[in-house]
Amino acid sequence: MANVHPKVDAVIVGLGWCGSLMAEELTRAGLTVVAIERGPWVETAVDFPPSVDMDELRWDTRRAMLLPPAIETITFRNDPTQKALPARDWHFNEWGYNVGGSGTHWAGMAWRFLPFDFQPYSMTVERYGAAQFVDGLIVQDWGVTYDDLEPFYDRFEKIAGVSGKAGNLKGEKIPGGNIFEGARSDEYPLPPLKTTRLTDLFCEASASLGYHPFMVPAGQTSAAYTNPLGVRMGPCTYCGYCMYYGCGNWSKSTPNNCVVPVLMQRKNFSVLTESTVLRANLAPDGKTATGVTYVDKDNKTWEQPADIVVFSAFQMQNVRLMLLSKIGKPYDHATGEGVVGRAYSFQTVSGANIFFENEYLNQFIGAGALSAQIDDFNGDNFDHTGMDFIGGAGILVVSRGARPIGNADFLPPGTPRWGSEWKKAYTHSFQNGTFIFGQGTSFAHKDAYLDLDPEYKDIHGLPLLRLTYDYNENDRRSAKLIEDKSVEIGKKMGAKLVVATNATNQHASPYQLASDHTNGGAVMGLDPKTSALNRFQQSWDVHNVFVLGASSFPNNAGYNPTGTVGALTLWTAKAIIETYLDKRGPLVAN
Amino acid sequence: MNRRQILASMAALAGNASTAQAAELSGEMPWEPGQAKVPPLPDPGPDRLVFFTLAEAEAVGAMADRIIPADDLSVGGKEAGCVRFIDRELAGPYGRAATQYRLGRFVKGTPEQGIQSPLAPADRYRLGLAALDRHCRAAHGKGYAALPPAEQDKVLSAMEAGTLDLGVVDAKEMFEQILQNVREGFLADPLYGGNKDLVSWRMLGFPGAQYDFRDVIDLKGKKLDFVPVSMIDKTL
Amino acid sequence: MTLRSRALLATAALSLCLPLGLVASAETEPAPVQTKDVDTPQVVEAPKTAPDPAIERGRYIAVAADCVACHSNPKSGKPFSGGYALETPFGTLLSSNITSDPETGIGRWTEAEFTRALREGLGKDGQHLYPAMPYTSYTKMSDQDVHDLWLYMKTVPPVRNAVVTNQLPFPFNIRALLMGWNLLFFEQKRFQPRADKSAAWNRGAYLSDALAHCGACHTPKNILGGDKSSEAYQGEVLQSWYAPDITPSKTGGIGDWSKDDIVQYLKIGSNRMAVASGPMAEAVTNSTQHLTDADLAAIADYLQTLPPGPATEAPRTAVTGAVMAQGKRVFDAQCKACHASDGTGIRHITPSFPGNTAIQSNEVAGIVRTVLAGGRGAITAENPTGAAMPSFAWNLSDQQIAAALTYIRNSWSNRAPPVTAEAVASTRKTLNLNAVGRAPHPAP
Repeated sequence: MANVHPKVDAVIVGLGWCGSLMAEELTRAGLTVVAIERGPWVETAVDFPPSVDMDELRWDTRRAMLLPPAIETITFRNDPTQKALPARDWHFNEWGYNVGGSGTHWAGMAWRFLPFDFQPYSMTVERYGAAQFVDGLIVQDWGVTYDDLEPFYDRFEKIAGVSGKAGNLKGEKIPGGNIFEGARSDEYPLPPLKTTRLTDLFCEASASLGYHPFMVPAGQTSAAYTNPLGVRMGPCTYCGYCMYYGCGNWSKSTPNNCVVPVLMQRKNFSVLTESTVLRANLAPDGKTATGVTYVDKDNKTWEQPADIVVFSAFQMQNVRLMLLSKIGKPYDHATGEGVVGRAYSFQTVSGANIFFENEYLNQFIGAGALSAQIDDFNGDNFDHTGMDFIGGAGILVVSRGARPIGNADFLPPGTPRWGSEWKKAYTHSFQNGTFIFGQGTSFAHKDAYLDLDPEYKDIHGLPLLRLTYDYNENDRRSAKLIEDKSVEIGKKMGAKLVVATNATNQHASPYQLASDHTNGGAVMGLDPKTSALNRFQQSWDVHNVFVLGASSFPNNAGYNPTGTVGALTLWTAKAIIETYLDKRGPLVAN
Repeated sequence: MNRRQILASMAALAGNASTAQAAELSGEMPWEPGQAKVPPLPDPGPDRLVFFTLAEAEAVGAMADRIIPADDLSVGGKEAGCVRFIDRELAGPYGRAATQYRLGRFVKGTPEQGIQSPLAPADRYRLGLAALDRHCRAAHGKGYAALPPAEQDKVLSAMEAGTLDLGVVDAKEMFEQILQNVREGFLADPLYGGNKDLVSWRMLGFPGAQYDFRDVIDLKGKKLDFVPVSMIDKTL
Repeated sequence: MTLRSRALLATAALSLCLPLGLVASAETEPAPVQTKDVDTPQVVEAPKTAPDPAIERGRYIAVAADCVACHSNPKSGKPFSGGYALETPFGTLLSSNITSDPETGIGRWTEAEFTRALREGLGKDGQHLYPAMPYTSYTKMSDQDVHDLWLYMKTVPPVRNAVVTNQLPFPFNIRALLMGWNLLFFEQKRFQPRADKSAAWNRGAYLSDALAHCGACHTPKNILGGDKSSEAYQGEVLQSWYAPDITPSKTGGIGDWSKDDIVQYLKIGSNRMAVASGPMAEAVTNSTQHLTDADLAAIADYLQTLPPGPATEAPRTAVTGAVMAQGKRVFDAQCKACHASDGTGIRHITPSFPGNTAIQSNEVAGIVRTVLAGGRGAITAENPTGAAMPSFAWNLSDQQIAAALTYIRNSWSNRAPPVTAEAVASTRKTLNLNAVGRAPHPAP
């Protein structure tokens, strides 16, 4: 028999970016909100001040901020004929495990998606016809457009203190910014970060090839900043201890730095830390949720009743919670019916490793999102006529902060991995070697999906999520184009050695670490037959359940997901506050 | 392991140790003076092995010296402290694979599915080093550490290629484990027991535990002659 | 002596009518980016019935006098119910329960008894209260304020919590001794406005001297804990914190602060130079941030006319040599990511060192303590950031900390005597922190 807490207006499962932004909106509107977070409270000055943060072994190699697979992992296979096996060691699911969630350790690339990314189906059909889609590809519009989301992107960027330069301000194209981006209502709140030798080389080379380089919008502050909630941030010091690390000096855009301090001042907010939600509970008619069941750190089971249930855990965890709570119809690969677990997407990565001579790239100086990019081959920014795929990639270089252990295998092909030759080559590569990264679109496929594993269980005895995934033909074709373009740019940059890389040349693996961007599985859309959520990220079936995060993406763009995750959260918050609180029913008729 | 054991094991992990502040937080941001989530700090007192036997330590030291040979770039892996580093790691949560999923059946899978072995790193060293010793004594009449360097390299290469049979331990998996750990000992902060005198950071030109490059970021493409710094640095 | 050694981020004070979210402050920094729109919560908790103005005034008095800070145990979450441990040089006192509970609080007290406690330092049965209760300040309160405060305290919901307040060792546990103490150091006297000063100045003096009892920390004490009245507000070391000189002394006090600087500091918890931490952060969080702008301006008016404290010895010569070189190396590796290589810090997050008199004070207890144990900045409605200084006890030796502080005290335009490793070692011991290389492990 579970212990029961008093009922609250809303319970939020996971206090990362989505959970904290939603909590901020709902508590400001006067609702009583309880957030339940699996990890502990963390405090900048205690858990990751500079003196503690500068530790590659602990935070990067040993992944000390992440949720260990020991507690929850996935099982994986490339195709439905194989037996899925658990990903036992650290892999591409970089799940947060503290107040702030993955937003505490993220790299900070704070993108807006392109208008095309939200309407890939209708825009492709209109421009090229449906024959452009390869067999089995799942392409569908999101039900929300770039224009719908624009004010919420703007709001997210201001809360997060994003550093960047507009390339399309109210329709006016601005050189130096990303001229391919959708029209912005306002400039970024902070100017771009400083550039580095690497970003300079990339920008010069790509511009001379006729492309349009720009500095990536960064969730690191290029100057001291006060956000709209009144929270202060300090200037980024380019320490490079960023991705996989907390931020020691209040300069990374994290929920901890940007939102949580305000929440903790509100009397109508509280957070239950070190507590794991097992499922949402449904009313007997299955049309509403009554709250959630969770286990605290002493293994005690509780119920937290609530009028609104928000799933804001990591993408895969959201999908798993939907399945464990029996919300929405699970996807059946054999029949193609069902929506929960359907439309999984990843990130299509290709590019080039490049090695200079006599350079001092000084790549230990940097920030998680200190990067230069071209979008000339991203989304539908180029004419795909005569090509047999859709999508593309952002092509970029990153000055993210090179670390000794993590870079030890970054070597020209054929170099021994140990001995004096390795030492010599590594010493050279540490200053001269880097890579061009094609971060590509990823479209879902009927053979790539999520469901509950029939055999392997987590520590609570509940089934692990099973991922069935491999790259599809569309991925391979787009990746090849991006690989070629990356090689072209690498040569132009003056690299002595340019080595093409392409993740899609192999089968996908959770250990490939080409990307940690996993998406979909509980996607938003216009049709309850092909989406688990309506355009407000509200469950079609259980109207007081809202699901936030990249699990809502029907496809992935050639970008990092967090900016869009944040904007979608704020979009949903507005719908809840302005409409749902009065209506208490589906926001879209099904 | 059951859930309670796993959680108890997790609590020992430095990065995920449960703080004093649990349960419901509201209206305040917990903070107490004199708190720091410090990395695992070595016990003061005499430097002694905490996991390896002397023979194991000699074998690992010999391998560390082949993986990181002494040359004009640096001292060898053994002198750099790689054995001390690995010894401490194996005695702690890393050695017992505290963060890894260890439930359910261990079934051999595809390469994409990663290592499916019931062996934790500490087991892999213990069993693998014993098997390696048996192999070396059978093939060469002496243990690994006593082999001439060229023979030591051949053994390592065979492990790397997966052509050596070490019985219960997959030789390739063992090689990757040792390679990774020796590199970690050479390249991690000296407070973990290796990277003596910041030898690898001097080799690479890595500044170490420094958190503010605003004063030098504009010196693009220049050689920056940082004196590297450790997290706890007596030379400061 | 009302020093509080622990962070108390009281929720209780927040129940006051807060002007939340007024970020547009009197900042003068050339901040390149400052978002103008600040989102204020729409939550307005309208009182069920029209509040009695006297009770509302009483509530304000309670905030200005910061009663809640000492009379609440932060762990209990029940304001005014007492049990908070006050560390004094003579031993520990627990604060009393002042809720309206008849058994364990002041529910059976009369107004006359309440007034006598505030003004004469006598309990319900006439026993002497220890001057940790700042009756030496409250005695100056006006009749009206005492009456209004009484009306408000009667509305505080009863909380049953029996507290044995006196935990002092012999002989300090003998309350009768306080009779003598009072004879020496206590003058029962209402606040006397000065006709030659403005109404605002008099208001500021009343707030500072009577209600906010600033002197409890900032006025030097004699060996028996009595105020050295002639040196009012010239700074004092309490429990290894330094409550600095807040007179207009240019070298030791806050003579370089403008009136706006003082107001902003008390309102936000920080200004262009300083960030409140330690006990002052608690005072700002619980009390001063809730005062009206007019009252804060009045306090500033008053403080700026105080007789300046003693100038530091002049001319000071900058420390040079090996210790400065070492200090710079430590500062570069461990400090400058937050404090900047030019020492100017991050406005409203970390203090600015150049010209900072508190950093250059002869009293180094506060800065040594802050490096060793860390310190949380004030959390206010206008600056909820709550940035904190980390503890460096585990990774810096006494000598390294001494060198870094000496460097900070002698760089840019600063000039101050060196901090010694012995001073750091002594504070490390006082705070019960381990030596370098070990987790800090403070006393619970």
